[in-house]
Amino acid sequence: MPGITDSTTRDGLSPAGLARDDLTTGVPDGHPVDDGAGTVRLLDPDGVRHPWPEHDRWLTDVDADDGALLRLLEDMVVVRRIDAEATALQRQGELALWPPVLGQEAAQVGSAHALRRDDFVFSSYREHGVAYVRGVAPVDLAREWRGVATAGWDPYAVNMATPQVIVGGHALHGVGYAMGILADAERDGAPDDDTAEDGAADDGTAAVVTYFGDGAMSQGAVSEAFVFAATWSAPVVFFCQNNQWAISEPVTLQSRVPLVARAGGFGLAGVQVDGNDVLAVLAVTRAALHRARTGGGPTLVEAVTYRRGPHTTADDPTRYRGAAEVEAWVRRDPVDRFAAYLRGRGVLTDAADAHVRDVADQVAAALRTDLAASETPPPLAIFDHVYALPHPALDAERDAYARYLAGFADDAAGGAR
Amino acid sequence: MTTLTLAKALNLGLRRCLADDPSVVLLGEDIGRLGGVFRVTDGLQAEFGPHRVLDTPLAEAGILGTAVGLAYRGYRPVVEIQFDGFVYVAFDQIVSQVARMYARTAGTVRLPITIRIPVGGGTGAAEHHSESPEAYFVHTPGLRVVEVASPQDAYTVVQQAVACDDPVVFFEPKRRYYAKGEVDTGAALADSPPMGAARVVVPGSDVTLVTYGGLVATAVDAATAAADDGVSVEVIDLRSLSPADHDAVAASVRRTGRLVVAHEGPHEAGVGAEIAATATERCFEYLEAAPVRVTGHDIPYPPAKLEMHHVPDLDRILDGVDRVLGRVPATGAVAR
Repeated sequence: MPGITDSTTRDGLSPAGLARDDLTTGVPDGHPVDDGAGTVRLLDPDGVRHPWPEHDRWLTDVDADDGALLRLLEDMVVVRRIDAEATALQRQGELALWPPVLGQEAAQVGSAHALRRDDFVFSSYREHGVAYVRGVAPVDLAREWRGVATAGWDPYAVNMATPQVIVGGHALHGVGYAMGILADAERDGAPDDDTAEDGAADDGTAAVVTYFGDGAMSQGAVSEAFVFAATWSAPVVFFCQNNQWAISEPVTLQSRVPLVARAGGFGLAGVQVDGNDVLAVLAVTRAALHRARTGGGPTLVEAVTYRRGPHTTADDPTRYRGAAEVEAWVRRDPVDRFAAYLRGRGVLTDAADAHVRDVADQVAAALRTDLAASETPPPLAIFDHVYALPHPALDAERDAYARYLAGFADDAAGGAR
Repeated sequence: MTTLTLAKALNLGLRRCLADDPSVVLLGEDIGRLGGVFRVTDGLQAEFGPHRVLDTPLAEAGILGTAVGLAYRGYRPVVEIQFDGFVYVAFDQIVSQVARMYARTAGTVRLPITIRIPVGGGTGAAEHHSESPEAYFVHTPGLRVVEVASPQDAYTVVQQAVACDDPVVFFEPKRRYYAKGEVDTGAALADSPPMGAARVVVPGSDVTLVTYGGLVATAVDAATAAADDGVSVEVIDLRSLSPADHDAVAASVRRTGRLVVAHEGPHEAGVGAEIAATATERCFEYLEAAPVRVTGHDIPYPPAKLEMHHVPDLDRILDGVDRVLGRVPATGAVAR
């Protein structure tokens, strides 16, 4: 299978060392990224494209389509702009919290572009880029963080579950959904409708991608998800964004071996990809999805990337890492890298660049406007949707609280006491 | 009418669910070829196939978590937790995911999952095989919690639970698995008592005795013994713990003026506390005495040879009846 390495043969068994590098040395934390045969990288940090036939073959349509290439860039730029706008909105008190995605745009946009419409995504709380590509409105990304909803969208409208805060808990949901795809095929005797949109080889069933981070790899639920997925050869891709940090804990505290090395032991295929290379991410995710759709079983993709901002806007990363480390990853910036490549190809002209920035400005402005217009639900809405069917005790509680609230209305009508 | 054990009644109920609705799937450890350690799913995999009745890896969080995903996809999963004490491993998936998904998604994602859990002691089992964890789930909004006591209820309520669009934690008292009773397998579900309704098992006029699950039979025996002593005890099988049928309890307490609640689970913050507190709020002026709870102790479940000191038996329930009648002087705040 192109892009799939046998993780058991990787040189990943030497101790990574739990002592962290000096914050001032500029040496990034984390396991060394294998820049040799193991880690898939098609664009170097300067934007120079290197051929790699077994991966390039998943990109033939994109490589031949300037519009598709520009769309990848545009989505990354827009996601970065949404992220910056939301961060600013948090600082201005419009959002209670925001988990920034700065630095991970290629991992998210590249993988999300590999998905078909009938695929389903289960993600954690930082996958703003994936959600945007799936069609989630930017204001819907922010509702939870504004505190006006526990989730911002209808999962079935965009085939993406709403954000999951329990780290790794949703990996199992993705596997269960994928088992349901298999059960549907068993029951109906035919795979799902093929609604290919991306021009790649899209035969086979729908599939699932579950997104989580390096910290989640330590959670039991993720390991159980690997077991169930392998047992049933479920059509699921586990997409781990190793962004090096779980709040203040480096990835070396989660694992003594590269995360992708765990795949083999569970019976998963494993592939490590440069998560800041949007083309490489798109290629390996397409390959993994194709494998899933056609009965080849689940894949663990480890996208090596970096969370350049804080864990959330409540976090202070200067307490646990140095500026030099962040700077080293700025030089691997996913947007700059891809833009340089497109400039070199003549695809990104000044006019195209202006257009992309204009789109980003409009999306950010709409986010700000829509957020200001988003209303806090009425108090009694907290009792809605706890149960699908009537629950007498809760109904009585709601009625009692409604009477209590109505008492204030009477007070207001009667004037101050 | 036919005479069935509670386990066989569950088996027939589940069989009917599988036959009537192709979206029903069963998941659990050893439920396929073995038919479950209590044989509740006996023969179902052979009849409906391994795609409908799945033997899972030994991973309770995995069973519940994949059930969430299956339900997301439109299935109605029925999961079996092999023993009560094993459900704690799946606790996060139940309380953080199963119970909340409908609220989290503002009503767009329904998780009609039935979580079957053999429950309680009295079987001489090893550690982790005799727990009564129902209070944890009653305390969790978004879940419905039921416990069946009779083969008839086992047959009907399991079908109601599977048909319910809310997640249902479905407790099965394991020491009653092989107790027999009359079951009308021809009755339509619509004609059966609803899942949330309590049932008066023995009518009475002096004391209301509320219990559920494995203790219902013991409570009926206690009522018989009390009648010999001239005390008329009304036994109510709560059937549903969330929502609890507080109306039925209140109606009875208003007639009897006295309430005893009995269960196997620990005393502190148990279901009995909720029943007693609610009845007190609603019926204070009717009460002749403070409600009395007869429960398991606030201890980890004891070794098998001592469990008779933990699980309320007929005499402890009668002692509770005596206390609520004022026949036994209060011995202090810890008198139970």
